[in-house]
Amino acid sequence: MTRYLLGRIAQAVLLLIGVSFITFLLLYILPADPARQIAGRSATPDTVETIRKQLGLDLPFHQQYGRYLTNLAQGDLGRSYAQKTEVAEIVAARLPATLLLMTAAITCELIIGLGIGIFAAVRQGSRSDSGAMVLSFVGVSTPQFVAGILMLYVFAVQLDWFPVGGYGEFRHLVLPALTLGMLGAGWYSRMMRSSMIEVLTQDYIRTARAKGASERRVILLHALRNALLPIIAMIGIDIGLFMSGAVVVESVFGWPGIGQLAWQAIQQVDIPIIMGVTLVAAVAIVLGNLVADLVAPLVDPRIRIR
Amino acid sequence: MKRHATTLALLAALAIPLAAPAVAEEGKQGGSIIVTYKDDIVTLDPAIGYDWVNWSIIKSLFARLMDYKPGTAELTPSLADSYEISKDGLTYTFKLHKGVKFHNGREVVAQDVKYSIERTTNPKTESPGAGFYDSIAGMDAFKKGKAKDVKGIAVVDPATIKFTLTRPDATFLHVLALNFSSVVPKEAVDKAGKDFGKKVVGSGAFMLADWKLGQELVLKRNPDYFMPGVPKLDQITFQVGLEPMTAILKLEKGEADFAGDGIPPAKFLQIRNDPKYKDLIIEGGQLQTGYMTLNVQMKPFDKLEVRQAVNMAIDKGRIVKIINNRAVPANQPLPPTMPGYDKEYKGYPFDPEKAKELLKQAGLEKGFETTLYVYNVDPNPRIAQAIQEDLSKIGIKVKLKNLAQANVIAAGGKPKTAPMVWSGGMAWIADFPDPSNFYGPILGCAGATNGGWNWAWYCNKELDERATKADSMSDPAKAAERAQLWKTIFTDIMKDAPWVPIFNEQRFTIRSKRVGGADALFVDPVRIPINYDHVYIKG
Repeated sequence: MTRYLLGRIAQAVLLLIGVSFITFLLLYILPADPARQIAGRSATPDTVETIRKQLGLDLPFHQQYGRYLTNLAQGDLGRSYAQKTEVAEIVAARLPATLLLMTAAITCELIIGLGIGIFAAVRQGSRSDSGAMVLSFVGVSTPQFVAGILMLYVFAVQLDWFPVGGYGEFRHLVLPALTLGMLGAGWYSRMMRSSMIEVLTQDYIRTARAKGASERRVILLHALRNALLPIIAMIGIDIGLFMSGAVVVESVFGWPGIGQLAWQAIQQVDIPIIMGVTLVAAVAIVLGNLVADLVAPLVDPRIRIR
Repeated sequence: MKRHATTLALLAALAIPLAAPAVAEEGKQGGSIIVTYKDDIVTLDPAIGYDWVNWSIIKSLFARLMDYKPGTAELTPSLADSYEISKDGLTYTFKLHKGVKFHNGREVVAQDVKYSIERTTNPKTESPGAGFYDSIAGMDAFKKGKAKDVKGIAVVDPATIKFTLTRPDATFLHVLALNFSSVVPKEAVDKAGKDFGKKVVGSGAFMLADWKLGQELVLKRNPDYFMPGVPKLDQITFQVGLEPMTAILKLEKGEADFAGDGIPPAKFLQIRNDPKYKDLIIEGGQLQTGYMTLNVQMKPFDKLEVRQAVNMAIDKGRIVKIINNRAVPANQPLPPTMPGYDKEYKGYPFDPEKAKELLKQAGLEKGFETTLYVYNVDPNPRIAQAIQEDLSKIGIKVKLKNLAQANVIAAGGKPKTAPMVWSGGMAWIADFPDPSNFYGPILGCAGATNGGWNWAWYCNKELDERATKADSMSDPAKAAERAQLWKTIFTDIMKDAPWVPIFNEQRFTIRSKRVGGADALFVDPVRIPINYDHVYIKG
């Protein structure tokens, strides 16, 4: 187990170096010039040159990247070009909101998605099955912006149950989490349905039924547990996606997550922030997958960690 | 920049109400408002902040030697009590207002003014405003690190400061009213270091009370502010990260008082025509021009006939309709509210037939292919498509390059790269209400360099000389003569047609019912979106 973990961590470090290299290279190739962006339009070429030197942007690629890696190894993500503040501080300020929304959204996705998936699987081929699948399809194809504004209009403006966007209390969390949950649930319900249908054809399900177990017991106890495996892997991926930000929902609901930060940094060619956010997202994806792999054997003892 | 999209260097859109009456002080003190923005407040450091969101917040946090009368573009002394300009226009002497205190309690002295401008111009600060101060004597040596201080800024006594210039500069008082000239206390800057932008100490009408990064910023009234009865509000809360559409919903429900990004384009007509909003929307002009540059160094735009043909082929009225009449068609670089705008000038008419004839004269009757660079945020791609369509009618095939803002700016500033650039979303918005600000960087020879903003690469030495002459007329008595000189410079530029001026944007501010104040405060030319110091809560 320890060896397995160490191996995975080593893999992860290599992966992160790879991610940082590719991102850094892409930003280096980008025709936009951060020094000019900082210097402003009244600056003389001299001033731009001075700023470029100060930021080390005049150095060749390998030196710039080497510098970045050295600082990174010491836990220094650098300072934002636009804000001048430490990137670590800026990203950290956004993390709690991002984690909170992620947890709430995935919870909503699971409750709605698994519910619909199981419902459709046990009624396979029926009208309610097709209905549920169409619904899932509608969910995954609805633009987040449209759904978000609609939720706000109905539940915050018309019914006045929730505030129009904001952050801080539970009531602020409900609408964005529900919006993401409803739209994302489609992926889970389709996955759950096919996984469940497959499990229901297994011999042990027939055995359980033959032994006279109630249908509810068969589904929830025998089938569900085994059908969950692909769902766990999917959550791992989902975590990664959410950590790189849910830009649209964040800005519709004024949620101070990492997505908005990344979006604004890209517009301003604020390389240190773009790098910081990318690395945090990469770490989250790696961790999400690792946790998913570690949880899998708990659900299905046939899987062994080696 | 008033698009909600992000940005750099887009500044204070300045609008000058024509006959600008000073706004009478009215309204009681007290109460608080909520203002929303889509973009985060990146910094409140007056030497650094240069965007749509932080510009007027910084104005309220800090004070400067000069300022503008509320709701107008009329200069008035602020931290200064009075000033004197020498006959040759080379020395400016300011007497400071007595007893002004920083938010940390210390009195503001002349040394602070010197320190603040040296801080802005020091390359280490990386200020986007450093270029505005080049007319001060000794600035060059200071910027290059050859002098420890700027010789031309002298502290005469704690209440007197003297600037010496190398050339008369008619815009110098405007420069001292820019945010970059805000006075900051050295001890607070030293203490906060690079984090000063988050831990600001100024001497303005409001002071920083609380800041949750990426969420909200709270300002509270500075009880010791030196102008009596100002500000009116006790508190202003800025909520960031909100879609303009959500902001309108918040306003409708009474959860916000100002939508900082204005009315979203998709909702514009609906809101504009809704009687519910009639009294809540205030319209004003804006010192902005949307234009398309024609790169005079690239074929076939090196030919005057071709540039004139393009000017005549574009239906500006239709483009204005595309953006829901949120602008008026333009025929010259200056916007109508800027001194020096030529009302008599008619510009190039919309005449595709004549345009075809001009192309024929240039030997291009079969047309040609070219490329238009465009910022990829709505409505710019739609505007570019309209231009594409119009030009195809006279045989010019236009390829569109929709790119991120920074990439368009980079392409425009690179020699012989972008034949045409549509300026929308990056458009030139004046830093201060003076025509010279519309010339040097975007139409003068100085801007036609690698990394410059003169994307037409137009350089006319004769006009450069006239511009220098106009800017040397710093005697306020010569203001009319100076405006006249500028007028001819801009109409002469149009003879060479390096630009196609397309439109001048209008501003629409939307406020909640409970906020009061003269209309001019809500379309304040220098404080965008509104003048926070003078608006008040009704009741």
